[in-house]
Amino acid sequence: MTKEINLKIDGIDVSVDDGTTILNAATKANIHIPTLCYHEDLCVAGNCRVCVVEQKGSKNLIASCAMPVSEGMEIFTNTGKVRLARKHIIELLLSEHNADCTKCYKNGNCELQMHASEMLTGEPMFIDLAHTRKYTIDKYNMAIIKDDSRCIRCQRCVRTCEELQSVSALDVAYRGNHMKISTFFEHPLFEVVCTNCGQCVNRCPTGALIERNYVDQVWDAIYDPTKHVVVQTAPAVRVALGEALGMPAGKIVTGKMVAALKRLGFDSVLDTDFTADLTIIEEGHELLSRLKRVLVDKDPTVALPMATSCSPGWIKFIEHTFPEYLPNLSTCKSPQQMFGALAKTYYAQKRNLDPKNIVSISIMPCTAKKFEANRREMRSSGYNDVDYVLTTRELGIMIRQAGLDFESLPDEHCDSIMGSSTGAAVIFGTTGGVMEAALRTAYEIVTGREVPFEGINVTPVRGTEGEVREASILINKTLPEWNFLEGVELKCVVANGLAYAKKVMQSVKDGTGNYHFIEIMACPGGCLGGGGQPIPTNREIRSKRKAAIYEEDMGMPIRKSHENPEVAEIYKDFLGTPLGHKSHELLHTHYTPRKRY
Amino acid sequence: MSEFLKRVDLIFGEYSDQKYKTLEKTVKRPTEDIIKDVLDSGLRGRGGAGFPTAMKWKFAMEQPGDEKYVICNADEGEPGTFKDREILTKVPRKVFAGMAICGKVIGAKKGYMYLRGEYRYLLPDLLKEIEEYEKTAKGLGIDFSIEIRMGSGAYICGEESALFESMEGKRGEPRNKPPYPTIAGYLSKPTVINNVETFVNVLMICRIGPVKYKKLGTLDSRGSKVFSVSGDTPKAGIYELELGMALEKFVEEFGDGDTKAVQVGGASGFCVPRKKFKDTIIGFEGVPTGGSMMIFNSSRSMYNVLHNYLDFFEEESCGQCTPCRVGCQQLRIGIEAVKRGDKPINYLEQLMKLSETMKITAKCGLGQSVANSFSSIVNNFKEEMIY
Amino acid sequence: MTANNNLIKELVNQYGRDRTSLMPILQGVVEQNNYISDVDMTEIAKELDLSAAQVFGTATFYAFLDTVPRGRFVIRVCKTITCDMHGKKLIIQTLEDMLKIKVGETTQDKKFSLLETNCLGWCHKGPSMLINHDVYSELTPEKVQKIIAEYIHK
Repeated sequence: MTKEINLKIDGIDVSVDDGTTILNAATKANIHIPTLCYHEDLCVAGNCRVCVVEQKGSKNLIASCAMPVSEGMEIFTNTGKVRLARKHIIELLLSEHNADCTKCYKNGNCELQMHASEMLTGEPMFIDLAHTRKYTIDKYNMAIIKDDSRCIRCQRCVRTCEELQSVSALDVAYRGNHMKISTFFEHPLFEVVCTNCGQCVNRCPTGALIERNYVDQVWDAIYDPTKHVVVQTAPAVRVALGEALGMPAGKIVTGKMVAALKRLGFDSVLDTDFTADLTIIEEGHELLSRLKRVLVDKDPTVALPMATSCSPGWIKFIEHTFPEYLPNLSTCKSPQQMFGALAKTYYAQKRNLDPKNIVSISIMPCTAKKFEANRREMRSSGYNDVDYVLTTRELGIMIRQAGLDFESLPDEHCDSIMGSSTGAAVIFGTTGGVMEAALRTAYEIVTGREVPFEGINVTPVRGTEGEVREASILINKTLPEWNFLEGVELKCVVANGLAYAKKVMQSVKDGTGNYHFIEIMACPGGCLGGGGQPIPTNREIRSKRKAAIYEEDMGMPIRKSHENPEVAEIYKDFLGTPLGHKSHELLHTHYTPRKRY
Repeated sequence: MSEFLKRVDLIFGEYSDQKYKTLEKTVKRPTEDIIKDVLDSGLRGRGGAGFPTAMKWKFAMEQPGDEKYVICNADEGEPGTFKDREILTKVPRKVFAGMAICGKVIGAKKGYMYLRGEYRYLLPDLLKEIEEYEKTAKGLGIDFSIEIRMGSGAYICGEESALFESMEGKRGEPRNKPPYPTIAGYLSKPTVINNVETFVNVLMICRIGPVKYKKLGTLDSRGSKVFSVSGDTPKAGIYELELGMALEKFVEEFGDGDTKAVQVGGASGFCVPRKKFKDTIIGFEGVPTGGSMMIFNSSRSMYNVLHNYLDFFEEESCGQCTPCRVGCQQLRIGIEAVKRGDKPINYLEQLMKLSETMKITAKCGLGQSVANSFSSIVNNFKEEMIY
Repeated sequence: MTANNNLIKELVNQYGRDRTSLMPILQGVVEQNNYISDVDMTEIAKELDLSAAQVFGTATFYAFLDTVPRGRFVIRVCKTITCDMHGKKLIIQTLEDMLKIKVGETTQDKKFSLLETNCLGWCHKGPSMLINHDVYSELTPEKVQKIIAEYIHK
């Protein structure tokens, strides 16, 4: 058992577990200490020094984020000494920060700005360093813009890229006054191993790392009377968008979101969930087909385990880091890109529209989706399958720009066609969700029965943060045509966060990981913790979004992808059979080996 | 030499007639006795911070496990300090013997010397001595090997946790403390890291005994100290002197007759003006020093001196913590602005307050100590900052 | 395989693939080539299973781990206070005149690079400088001319 430590913070008695930091002890006592470099998801850096507090008997102030409590400690968080020190530190950061706030994307959502406003920084205390220097602004990437002039060198991004994602596309370079956050040899982000996951963007306290935003382009499309603008929204958006509009975390706002999109003027409000269901049909059949070709046909060219391909951050990661395993990736496009390809073919046909007049927008919890939409292979409709990708945050901006009172909007439903969804599609937004959805369908294809779990909740594959989850499902009493799978134990593994993805792939590589099916989502917690989600995102917020997703699943009348009526319809009217010719043309893709170095 | 300044011949004294004789004698003694001798001697670290050596060793000794490290900090980079180089040139054997004693006391089998890149030329001779040491150790059954790791031009790596980071193949960025090195140092294992001179002192305590050792120096500052004397002096060089002397006597001996200030403890130390020579004691009870004594005569501009220090800190700061990275730059451009007249004279007060903030908030000793030279120079030579 | 790849392989074999070997490997490359190129860094990163940015970040932290091409003889003149007081500027001037380069530059023939550096630990014998690993102290313009003249013929 951990020892209890007693201390006093600002005269208040606090008891916390041994090893707790002063910062967390203060939080427990409802005392707010300002922080900048600190982030719940990351190891403690203790380098911004904003969180300094005074300890009785100590000459120097101490960084409360990095100092563990000790018995009998007396801490003061609001003395004159502390206040001046903090003000100095914020002033120092401002002096090397390009504080043209009105020109900054993060204006109003910047932690430095917030501290500055709290501390009533007026006339600058120190000499402006920011405008005497040359800074690099890397704006050549489709997804992420890196503006060094706004960087406060807190290293949250560096720790994110290393600890959560094991990518380390960014690191600290040089030292002293020249110290900066840099890629390898300061190459632009698009030339390095960056996966565009945007986890750094989500954690950047200022405007140094932001998504490339397409808000104005989308407005232009909406205002253009010659254009038919369709919008799709990913499952994880509807459990987080509320946060961007002042609502508490964990609220399901699907109906309000649809209402808002309609009021913004989109011509057709559709659903990525629809193509998530379609993905399951295609990917489920792909898995079964691979199993058959390996187990029955003994085809040595077929790669197992098969890995999911919905997460574009993961795709770029594997292209860089494990290119030899690209044949193991499902050839299925992600739901976003399936949707895009169908919007300008199937949808256009059905609605009798010229695809060149369709503008296809997607709202994603993700920054990597911006990159994905710009991949060369994502033009199977003959046009850009998806024209603009907005993050959850950007949609929040549009809703505010339009002056909508989001909370008071009524619940509305998506348009048809390509607007219907199932519980299986909803859970695509969380780690383990694609696996669960695939199992719900694949098991039923093979056995004719529902997955043998209470309420079809395949809990063993529901991933959690900070671990690799392994599960196996025994297949028995198969239908006759699938009897080669009789008695097979389907081995699955689920991981979220690229650091864990790397672990899984290494285990596959060294032979210790023996799987049939791998689900990877690049971001902690899955898409619900995506780089495009509202800021802040942390463990607590992610767990609330996750609960909301499962709640949404439970509340859906249909919870299995193959029962989505619009999915049945599209196969009948347009695609033919799963993995058929048309599917291959529109819904499947290939990958590009890239260099890690 | 003046009667007030006692030259000592402890550190640089000759080797014993038999190679590693003191080491041989010491390792046969019980660990507790060795620690007790070091404790009784009152020895405090010679790198500048002055932490009691015996305490450090005791903490590491008490840690469980047998993967522990002894590290000799030979990253001597403090401006005006060159005594470790002299020790490593003249008596490296004493250093390695001291390290081996430490290894025996704390239960470590591996020692490293982190040698600054600027002293790379010493490497061949040091390796030769290590060969000698290993031979002797083998003969004596001492299970403690020593390896040299090179620095590559980074002052901050003299900060102990930055040094570990560097040895681990990373940027030399100081860590948060706690945990302290004796709990989690190199590779997060219990580690004793001491200055070159400290290890020699330990060896000499083991050779002459704490009683004799204690007779040197004062109550708070036991033993002798190797001083690096430079600047405006006809006698620049290395001197082993007793601790606890008055600065006035020092200046009498080493000054050129026109001394206006002495920088005690290097760029991160204090600048003492002429009027305070009399009342300033060199030692832990007064102004501590890692050995650097830089003497300035009245021809020198203290503005230039300070500017040079600030340039130094600005470049040598690791850059991770705000007060040090930005503070150093602001202090430098701040005094330039006052000098040019772009900022009012009272901006110096603002800068003094800033330096005080750096002192109490910086993550490591580098940022914390910039204020020492800044405030002591600005306070004592204000008119030179302005005109 | 290029000569540099061989060098890095050798260094890796000598020091090991652990990150603790990074400094000695980087130092070994500089010893041989006077700087670490981007190609070398990626090769090292590959061997040590680090990202290229991590190697770059570490290398750029250290003043002696040059990441831009340097001459065969790297001259580092101490600029810290006592060397400065004792005529460092004149020494720099002498070197600049002789080598026809400014501080920070490398001669056309890639033989010399001229740099300034922080305290070398020869404060009692300033001005001082390093040429590669070798120390020269108590410098005067005449002494510098003699020293450089010798190097020119090396």
